[in-house]
Amino acid sequence: MKRILMTGNEAMAEGAIQAGCRFYAGYPITPQNEIPAYMAGHMPQAGGVFIQAESELAAINMVFGAAACGARAMTSSSSPGISLKQEGISYMAGAELPAVIVDVMRGGPGLGNIWPAQSDYFQATRSGGHGDYHCIVLAPSFVQEAYDFMPAAFDLADKYRNPVIILGDGMLGQTMEPLHVTTSPRHHVTRQNKKWALTGCKGRTPNIVKSFYMKEGDLEKVNLLLQKKYKTIKIREQRYEGLFLDDAKVIIVAYGTMARICRAAVERLREKAKKVGLIRPISLWPFPENAFRLVNSRARRRVKFLVAEMSYGQMLEDVRLTLDGQAEVGFLGRSGGGIPSEEEIISKIKKL
Amino acid sequence: MGKVFSHSKSLRNISTHYCAGCGHGIAHRLIAEVVDELNIREQVIAVAPVGCAVIAYDYWDFDCSEAAHGRALAVATAIKRVRPQNIVFTYQGDGDLAAIGTNETIHAANRGENLTVIFINNAVYGMTGGQMAPTTLLGQKTATTPQGRKPEEGYPLKISEMLALLAGVKYIERTALSSPQEVMKTKKAIRQAFQNQIDHVGFSLVEILSPCPTYWAMPPRQALDWINNVMAKEFPLGRIK
Repeated sequence: MKRILMTGNEAMAEGAIQAGCRFYAGYPITPQNEIPAYMAGHMPQAGGVFIQAESELAAINMVFGAAACGARAMTSSSSPGISLKQEGISYMAGAELPAVIVDVMRGGPGLGNIWPAQSDYFQATRSGGHGDYHCIVLAPSFVQEAYDFMPAAFDLADKYRNPVIILGDGMLGQTMEPLHVTTSPRHHVTRQNKKWALTGCKGRTPNIVKSFYMKEGDLEKVNLLLQKKYKTIKIREQRYEGLFLDDAKVIIVAYGTMARICRAAVERLREKAKKVGLIRPISLWPFPENAFRLVNSRARRRVKFLVAEMSYGQMLEDVRLTLDGQAEVGFLGRSGGGIPSEEEIISKIKKL
Repeated sequence: MGKVFSHSKSLRNISTHYCAGCGHGIAHRLIAEVVDELNIREQVIAVAPVGCAVIAYDYWDFDCSEAAHGRALAVATAIKRVRPQNIVFTYQGDGDLAAIGTNETIHAANRGENLTVIFINNAVYGMTGGQMAPTTLLGQKTATTPQGRKPEEGYPLKISEMLALLAGVKYIERTALSSPQEVMKTKKAIRQAFQNQIDHVGFSLVEILSPCPTYWAMPPRQALDWINNVMAKEFPLGRIK
């Protein structure tokens, strides 16, 4: 274990290499450019492959190819680039290929700007491309988590043969913080377990990686199997952090960078003996409904919720769906470069 | 009398879905024969396109990946980089390789990826019902050029000649499936393109002029003559690079 200073972007890149990622393809886009730069510098030393792709489409389809032959593979981009990758992510979900996609969100819609935002929550948590599918979505809140979540992301991808999205934002990507890194590789590529991978058909019948099922009824069967898998993931993989949930009368719900600011607001209010708590979803899909059930079992009706986002009411929908009308839900959101401040959060809570 | 011919090991013994007189079946078989002769069946990883040959993996008997429309060479690039010990090829039509996938094609070629590309040029989109392709000839009638292709709809795209300009490209040959003689030349070119990969020569592509009687609205025999007399005038046969 050693302590170093790194940006969130570099931490994700290093975390991926530590997790056994041996293939990276990407295309330059701000504010995530430190990831491809880090990969270009470090992937060859790790015995892996780095490719600067000619487009976001090429990058995600290279990840498709690398994943198809069993490598731990990853790409990264930011909002407009992630839009371009949706076709490839849909194909990977359909072909059940494990891979990690890092999305360092910026302002939108369109070219938007390069400031931090969380306005691609819907794109990440609903099937962003065509078809009924889900990616597992993890949202780190600070640089250490950006590093620590990478092995978990690759493990989840392999375990469920499913794409995993790390949903960060420009603030997380650009922030530099002290980071504890491991000095010995924690994970290794487990190619031998991937019996479905394309390696050449020596000693076995040929493997086919595909998402195309033309025969009547075949695709429906595949879709039902995918739905079964998603149901399992929803039961098993909900992740969240709860703060002061035991006695809170107001609970803020926020993720990523927004949660970091909300945590500071909660701590300030607690100093004044205000009973405020925080639910920080770490898995955005599956949404951590269990966190709310826990509160519910302790008289949720008296608890008010405040959803805070760097977007205009996206995660708010998941909170409302989860609470199903059983509690009052307030909302505070800004996007396009504006970030709700501690003061804005505190003043909003006072008005609830 | 001893056995003088048998079915290719790399080709499953089943009927294809292709139309009567289509060239895909011949091209599939030539690839399978070359793979057998080079004894690389257990090393091959193929990348199938989107287009009429989308289920080529149902016919070949070796490892195969699908690719999104046009992205075969991005997928193949990664497969070859991750597994350089395998023999990786793409099989793509004109729409896949020279329209929606032009970018992936040019850049994989420009990187000089050590890949084999089998490019089927039949001057039309077959799977979707005979629309104009980038390689459709001027005057050729398709579902989307009912009066025949006009220059303002674009000229037949000579992607092989364009690719030949790139330093990363080592071998390009254009052949045809229009006669037994041309079929044998095609097989030789395919063999060369695979041998190049085995010898680490680099990016090798065979463009094959292939009949589509259905969407050329011709009987199969006439389609073969049309390749020789019309199509090969626009797309001259022979070694390009």
